[in-house]
Amino acid sequence: MQKPVERHTIAVLVDNEAGVLARVVGLFSGRGYNIESLTVAEVDHAAHTSRVTIVTSGTPEVIEQIEAQLRRLVPVHRVVNWTLEKPGIERELALVKVAGTGEKRVEALRIADTFRARPIDTTHTSFVFEITGSPAKIDNFVDLMRPLGLADVSRTGVAAISRGPEAM
Amino acid sequence: MAAFRGGDAPFCLGEAMDKDTNELMTLGTMAEEMSGAEMVIRALKDQGVTHIFGYPGGAVLPIYDALFQSEGIVHVLVRHEQGAVHAAEGYARSTGKPGVVLVTSGPGATNAVTGIADALMDSIPLVVLTGQVATHLIGNDAFQECDTVGITRPCTKHNWLVKDVNDLARVLHEAFQIASTGRPGPVVVDIPKDVQFRQGRYVGPASVRHRTYRPKTEPDLAGIVKALDMMERAKKPLLYTGGGIVNAGPEASRLLRELAALTGFPVTSTLMGLGAFPASSPQWLGLCGMHGTYEANKAMHDCDLMVCLGARFDDRVTGAVDKFSPGSKKIHLDIDPSQINKNIRVDLPIIADAAKALKEMVHFWKSQRRKRALLGDWWAEIEGWRAKDSLAFRNCDTLIKPQHAVDRLFALTRGRDVYVTTEVGQHQMWAAQRFRFEEPNRWMTSGGLGTMGYGLPAALGVQIAHPDALVIDIAGEASVQMTMQEMSTAVQYGLPVKIFILNNRYMGMVRQWQQLLHGGRYSHSYSEALPDFVKLADAFGCVGLRAETPAELDAKIVEMIEVPRPVLFDCRVDPDENCYPMIPSGAAHDQMILSDAEDTAPVSEAGKILV
Repeated sequence: MQKPVERHTIAVLVDNEAGVLARVVGLFSGRGYNIESLTVAEVDHAAHTSRVTIVTSGTPEVIEQIEAQLRRLVPVHRVVNWTLEKPGIERELALVKVAGTGEKRVEALRIADTFRARPIDTTHTSFVFEITGSPAKIDNFVDLMRPLGLADVSRTGVAAISRGPEAM
Repeated sequence: MAAFRGGDAPFCLGEAMDKDTNELMTLGTMAEEMSGAEMVIRALKDQGVTHIFGYPGGAVLPIYDALFQSEGIVHVLVRHEQGAVHAAEGYARSTGKPGVVLVTSGPGATNAVTGIADALMDSIPLVVLTGQVATHLIGNDAFQECDTVGITRPCTKHNWLVKDVNDLARVLHEAFQIASTGRPGPVVVDIPKDVQFRQGRYVGPASVRHRTYRPKTEPDLAGIVKALDMMERAKKPLLYTGGGIVNAGPEASRLLRELAALTGFPVTSTLMGLGAFPASSPQWLGLCGMHGTYEANKAMHDCDLMVCLGARFDDRVTGAVDKFSPGSKKIHLDIDPSQINKNIRVDLPIIADAAKALKEMVHFWKSQRRKRALLGDWWAEIEGWRAKDSLAFRNCDTLIKPQHAVDRLFALTRGRDVYVTTEVGQHQMWAAQRFRFEEPNRWMTSGGLGTMGYGLPAALGVQIAHPDALVIDIAGEASVQMTMQEMSTAVQYGLPVKIFILNNRYMGMVRQWQQLLHGGRYSHSYSEALPDFVKLADAFGCVGLRAETPAELDAKIVEMIEVPRPVLFDCRVDPDENCYPMIPSGAAHDQMILSDAEDTAPVSEAGKILV
């Protein structure tokens, strides 16, 4: 009976007013929806709008409800599901700290290079790498760093945009 | 634009809407300078508000001062803020106008939360104004500070904390617009005390247009025509109506009647929709859902087309969703897109204001010369179910049966202008089943949230709006004690509400469920001590009456109706009576329990965990 759980990336264009993020987040927690990642920042200073990108998971029925409930929030301008409605591109940025010396340190740098991760802080015993890509690529990179002295990870969550000339 | 009628304030003037601007515009009148507190009063007047329900306190003193110095708004002083909100709900539900509440910060706001949540669940338009500590104190754990917008965010349609007096007028007008249009609901405007004192620019309602809020109210005509196609072909159709019809205004109820007359379809209703369709009509099947009639629920189960008009497939209506109306196509008209496919998948959604959609349905049915389907077999089936007389009960000579009490109350109030409120529990269901409503806005009950204590203060709000009407709260002795303090408000304002308490000494619905689900272990559902309601009435300065036998019931009810003062009526009823019919938790509509005699129907383990 229960349909399979799907992962969806949803963009929400909101009025940048006090408490708007709390409304979005509170909707998810209050109605028991999942948030896998959430990013938010002002995208148009003049129009006073912010864009929230949420990666969520649920059955198709739950995803449909999530979109409908988001549209119900008063300060919401638009809701777009990049997984369903329009083909979208997703990127995430991560800062990954790897501590170690000797062979492991060399190996970390070598792998970072193949992932096009840039060292942005270097000491004799550590690197901080900056990496962008799909969440899966970052997962992969982090896994590879684990045996090499992975010390800390900070991820932005997904930012998404549609392919082609059209705006959201 | 307004789906909820009655507010005479023009929220959005045509010309204003055409101008390409997102910001405030001042049309006609120049912006006027005044204090924030004066703005509140002015905005209420400009929105056509004549009555507010409230309770003063430190953080709203400037507004109360402005109120003191103005004329034209009647303030009703309650005894507890929850009472203010329920009173405003009763006012709103019985008039179609938004109810307005004014309370202070901290405990004033938190006490209002139950009523606000209640209004959200039942789509009642309220504008709740709360005082807040001064802006420089916010976040400081100041005296009577609480995070009002944080606390009320999930139980309002929208809310605001106004930190700049120059935003206040705009926010107040937006608050009225959002509360009363689209799917109505409660809004909270939190106003810090320094903002109330500060001078700023006032702008009128006509100059305000919200940046994002645009509820869709006009139906898609292709959907209407498709719906009529389905309706014309149906062999076993059913109109399942809800509170959305009442919220869409009296015209929606009129159009529903016309549509029913044109199609010949049977009509059932949710708890919130009672009165939209007249109970005297032969097409009326009665209440549907958990305590609905046998014929209504069998028709829901067996129909081949369910036309849901302004209802939301609530769990009290559907019972087990996987067994709900398995053979039917479903049309769902709702003003709120998030209700579509929420609990039940539907075949044809129509997003619109109910009155507007019904108008098009009636129009196209006539203009396209649609033919009434032959429904003789379907009606014969329904009449067979109706013949079961599922609301029947065994009356008694010595004990007053609660059903009998409601029946007598109904019979003895005919020919009067009657409004009924209720508390929550068995008495509420008996009232819904047996008190037969002919018009919308006559029935005020807490449906979604199920708030014990709703009915008494709601009755005050109804009576304020309809001073000459007969306003009755059909109550239970447990519920009514939750907001009993408001009898003092009734006395202060000379509101002759009739609090008709079906007193069985139990939290009757709790006891009924304990009997059905918990082996008759009546854990804490019996009140060992109860006040003497007649003496209590005396203490409040109103009238106390008591009926203990069926023989004296009629005369006491007549006395209650005729005394032009508030009455507490202690109607001592059979303590063991249960409310039937009933769809037990987790069961389908064709598995109803009709009486105690068949209460052996098992409640499944899955059903037990449902509320």
